[in-house]
Order: sequence, then C-alpha cells, then structure tokens
Amino acid sequence: MNVIEIKNLHKTYNETQVPVKAVNGIDLQIEQGEFTAIVGPSGCGKTTLMNMIGGLDQPTEGTISIDGNLLNQFKSTGLIDFRLHNIGFVFQAYNLLPVLTVKENVEFIMQLQGKSRKECEKRVDEMLESIGLKDKKHQRPNQLSGGQQQRVAVARALASKPKFILADEPTANLDSKSTSDLLDLMERLNLEENMTFIFSTHDERVMKKARRLITLEDGKIVKDVTVK
Amino acid sequence: MLARLSWRNIWRNKTRSLVVIFAIAVGLTGGIFITGMMNGMTAQQANNMINREISDIQIHHPDFLENSNPKFLINDVTETLLKIKSEPLITEASYRSKSTAMASTATKGAGVTIFGIIPLMEKKVSSISNKIVQGDYFETETKSQAIVIGEKLAHKLNAEMGKKIVVTAQALNGEMSWSLFRVVGIFKTNDTRFDEMNVFVKKEDLDKSLGIGADQANEIAIRTLSQEDAAAVAESLQSKFSELSVQSWREIKPSLIVMMTMMDQFGYWLMIIILFALVFGIINTMLMVIMERKKELGMLMSVGMNKPRVFWMIMMETTMLSLVGAAIGLMISIGLMELFGFTGINFASWADGLEAMGYSSFVYPYVTSEFYVIVTILVIITAIIASIWPTRKALKLNPAEAVRAE
Ligand SMILES: Nc1ncnc2c1ncn2[C@@H]1O[C@H](COP(=O)(O)OP(=O)(O)OP(=O)(O)O)[C@@H](O)[C@H]1O
Ligand SMILES: [Mg+2]
Repeated sequence: MNVIEIKNLHKTYNETQVPVKAVNGIDLQIEQGEFTAIVGPSGCGKTTLMNMIGGLDQPTEGTISIDGNLLNQFKSTGLIDFRLHNIGFVFQAYNLLPVLTVKENVEFIMQLQGKSRKECEKRVDEMLESIGLKDKKHQRPNQLSGGQQQRVAVARALASKPKFILADEPTANLDSKSTSDLLDLMERLNLEENMTFIFSTHDERVMKKARRLITLEDGKIVKDVTVK
Repeated sequence: MLARLSWRNIWRNKTRSLVVIFAIAVGLTGGIFITGMMNGMTAQQANNMINREISDIQIHHPDFLENSNPKFLINDVTETLLKIKSEPLITEASYRSKSTAMASTATKGAGVTIFGIIPLMEKKVSSISNKIVQGDYFETETKSQAIVIGEKLAHKLNAEMGKKIVVTAQALNGEMSWSLFRVVGIFKTNDTRFDEMNVFVKKEDLDKSLGIGADQANEIAIRTLSQEDAAAVAESLQSKFSELSVQSWREIKPSLIVMMTMMDQFGYWLMIIILFALVFGIINTMLMVIMERKKELGMLMSVGMNKPRVFWMIMMETTMLSLVGAAIGLMISIGLMELFGFTGINFASWADGLEAMGYSSFVYPYVTSEFYVIVTILVIITAIIASIWPTRKALKLNPAEAVRAE
C-alpha cells in the first residue's frame, strides 16, 4: 500500500521575476515500511520536495496524497492539524526545545495530539529505552551531544505515531560515529516498528544504508533504485 | 504544558527579562506611591476640614443655608442639644452663633466670619483650641471682650496679642452694631485661608452685640463616632428635627467628595499612562524574542502546533513576565504603604506651600485594596495588548522558510 502518492509535482520559486524550477515534474510512490533516501547535488530540490511532502510548502502544480488524503484540499489550519497527526519530522537542527527536558521534548507532540498523561509516560519510557537515553530523561538538550539530540528528535517523531517520518539531512551536523549510530537507530526502528523513513543526505555512507535511493537532478528524478 | 513552556521561556534570557520586570516593578511602585500620597493628602485635607471647620454634621435654620443672616435662629437650643447628644453614634455636639462681619484695627479692615462659641463645649467639637500659637483659647479671664484670630489675619491687620479689634456686623434688628474686642489668642491651622477668614469670640459677647438670646444659636455642630457614620446619623436626625436642616459633611462640602472621586480617577489614569509607556518596552522585548526563536517557532508550527496555541504560548509568556514585574511592584508598594501609612511622611520643607493649599505637612499615604486589584487587572490587559503584535509576527512565519537550515 502506498503511504505517499505524488503526481506531476512542480514547484517554481520567484514566479514573477527569474523563475527557479526547484521541483520540475516528479511522480513518485512511497510504500508503507520503506527506508528511502533522497539524494542529489546541492540545489537539486531535495528540501523543496520534502517540504511539500510534509505539507510545509505548497506545490505550484501537481498533487500529493498521503494515505489517500490530498494535501491540496487543506486550508492552512487543517494542514497543521494533518501534520500533527500524520507526519513526523526530524530537521537538521533546532529540533528540540531547549527549555524542556528530554522527556518533555519526547512527549511534546503527543501532548499536542491530546494524548493522556498515562499514555505519554508509557510511550516516552518505551522510546527512551529504545534510543538508549533513559538515563538522560531529565536532562536538558544542551547537556546532550549532537548525536544524542538527533536521537531524541527521532524518538519524538516516532512517539507520536505518524504515517511516516521525514528527515531532511538529519546527519549533516554530526560526526561519522554519531551519523552511523543515528542511521542504525533509524533502521532498527524502521524494522521493529515498521515505520516509513524518508531522509535526504549528501553522505555516501548514509546512502548505503537506504533500501531505496532516489536521485534528483534539477528538480527531476534521474535514478530510482531499490536495493534488496 | 504550554504554561510551563512559557514560564521557562521567560528565563532563557534572564537579563532581558529582568530589565522588563524591573521596569514594570518600578513603574507600578512609582504610580501606586504617588496615588497613595494623593489619597493621603486628600483624606488629610478632608479630616482637617471636618475637625476644625465643618464637623461631621451641622444643623441650621433652613433659611440660614440660603442667606447666612444671624436672624435665622435655632430656638430652644440647649434642649435640642441634650436630645441630640442622647442619640447613638454621636460623641459630641456644640452650638454657636455666627455672622459675617468686618474686623478692623486702627489701620486696616478685613471681612471675616465671626463665631460666638462656648469655649468648653467648642473644644470638644473643633480642633481650633489645639492650634493656638500665642495666648490661649479663652482660658484666662479678661476685663474686656476676648477674641481669638488666625495668624494670617493677625499679620494682615497688624493685630498682635492684646491689640484692639473692632467688629462690625448687622444686628438682628437690621442696624449695624459694633463692638470692641482684645486679641487673647492667635491660632494657626494648616489652611491659611481659614486662618484669614475666621475669628472666634464668646457666644455671650456676640449674642449681646447682635441681639441673639442665650437659648438661641445659628449652628449646631456634631461629631459622630466616625466620618462614615455621618450620613446615616444626619438622616435620622433630620427625621426627628423636621423643622431644621440637618446636613452631613458630604452635603456641607460636596467639594470634598468631588475631590476624593477625582483623586481616585487620577490614580487610575496615572496607572494607565504608566502602563501605556511600559507597553512599548514589553512589545520591543517580545519582538526580540520572536526574532531570536524564528527557527524554533518554525519547528513548532511544522510539527503541528496550531495558531491558537502559538498565540496562547506567546501571550502567556508576555503575561507571566508582566505579572512577575507587577507582583514585585505590588509587594514593594504594599510595603511602602504599610510603612509610611504608619509613620507618615513629613513634608516640613515644603509645608508652607502645602499649607497654603489646605494640606497638612504630614501625609499618610494609602490606597484601597480595590486599587491593587484593578492595577493587577490593568497589567494583565496591558500584557495581552502587548502580545498582539509580536504574536502576529510569529504567526506570519512560514514554517518551510523558518526550518530551512542555513
Ligand atoms: N524560498 C526560495 N526562494 C527562491 N528560491 C529558492 C527558495 N528555496 C529554494 N530555492 C531554490 O530552489 C532550488 C532547490 O533548493 P533546495 O533547497 O530544495 O535544494 P536542496 O537539494 O535541498 O539543496 P541542499 O542540498 O543544498 O540542501 C535551489 O536552486 C534554491 O536556490
Ligand atoms: Mg536541502
């Protein structure tokens, strides 16, 4: 079953002045349980594509449907709500609220979703156990390494039980050890929880972990390979 | 959870928040203290006026109010006084004859109000006997008729102790009468206008000159247990003495009430002006906060924090920040009010100017608890107003832009 179906997607910036065709005609299906990397040279449109999939940006043309819901149908308020319940995000930086503890950060989205305190507690413990940061439960993000912070961000996204998790260059600020730790974690959660991950990267070693590799160039898919 | 987040966000930039808190605390303390001083001065002025001049309640012949001619008399005044003194909540009462007159010395003359009083009785009702600065209050027996005048009038007329003053007034029979008095006492209140305008003689002396009987008077002055009782007591007296006119201090000097209400409003306007000035400081701070947290706000909106929640989060942060300042300001103000409300503040160095306006040089500042409550509400309203602009700014952020890693 496809979680994401993209048809004839276009995104043009600066339509009035010098138009930049950041995404230029993309058709793409992503199935439940995929572990997919989007790669390509800088400026090829990875972030633009992912932002549109995540409902953060509107396409100029074309449609995206998530689990059968067309994103174009939503007004901005509806879209925020849709994101809250259906899409997990891990950004390159600024994922965590510095004034909240690790535990509070992980349960933040669940609380926005209106989950009960009990459910939150249980899920947070589960997640922290899973990412191996149970002992940091009551620490603030600034007491954690960059790699640990990204793991907490992954745990937060996963805790809210989205349809899939979008991670735009999640390892860009990490050293190689933290990078491979984070990828191992994501891979494990992908297998254990059957969570769909879509991430972008420049890093050869990260690409190697992906089971499907989509290569973009000038806003178009030039290669789409699924490895066993 | 949002409340906790807002609260902790305040302390992310301690210095900046403390500056705002300090500004609010200082602004409120200043405003409340000034209001307290104004209230204290007004209350003092009302007290002084009641104590020395008007008493809590006055009774007259109804026509005397229209035209203060001494011919409008209260008859059987001794019996009336006995009846009055037996009423509840009444502590003291005294009666007087009263007329406008011309007081002159060999060199100068001045228009005055002359009171014919019974000193022992009057002492208990009015504070003039405590304000004697030279001589005494009809205590030493004299051969000639005695008069007590204010210091200001004494200067004006060149009438020192022992000097002669001629008082000319219209007698009941319509003819001008004059009599000679000797200055036996000089008083000084903190209202120089009062000191200039009022003179006191023994009732028997004024009565003789004007033709008033011993059992007649123009005015009965009454003290009640407290100022607040006056209106109710006056009403009950009026029903008992329907042929006379009974007035509480509120009716005698409505200007006192007007002044008190004005001071009340002055206090609120002062606070509103101070808070209005503070609004800009708060807005500025919150705009800085929004600019600094662009990425974070973008992240929050991306992961599903909706506009009402963003609005609520920023508004709570602004409100809590302001309320911390308000709490400190109120605590300091309450402390100052308690302290100075007890000890009083001495304005001796400016006393001359203040006294000319009828204020006392010792001021006991106070504000009502209602005032504190309303100030707190005003602070909350201020904070809400101050958060509108920064919140709008935050809501306009495009999450896709805000989260792009640069
Ligand atoms: N807001 C914008 N306005 C105008 N042009 C934009 C905007 N955002 C992106 N672009 C342009 O769109 C193109 C695609 O950008 P995008 O950020 O999607 O690339 P990317 O593949 O994520 O690059 P990188 O690997 O450097 O992150 C680029 O040419 C970029 O300059
Ligand atoms: Mg990018």
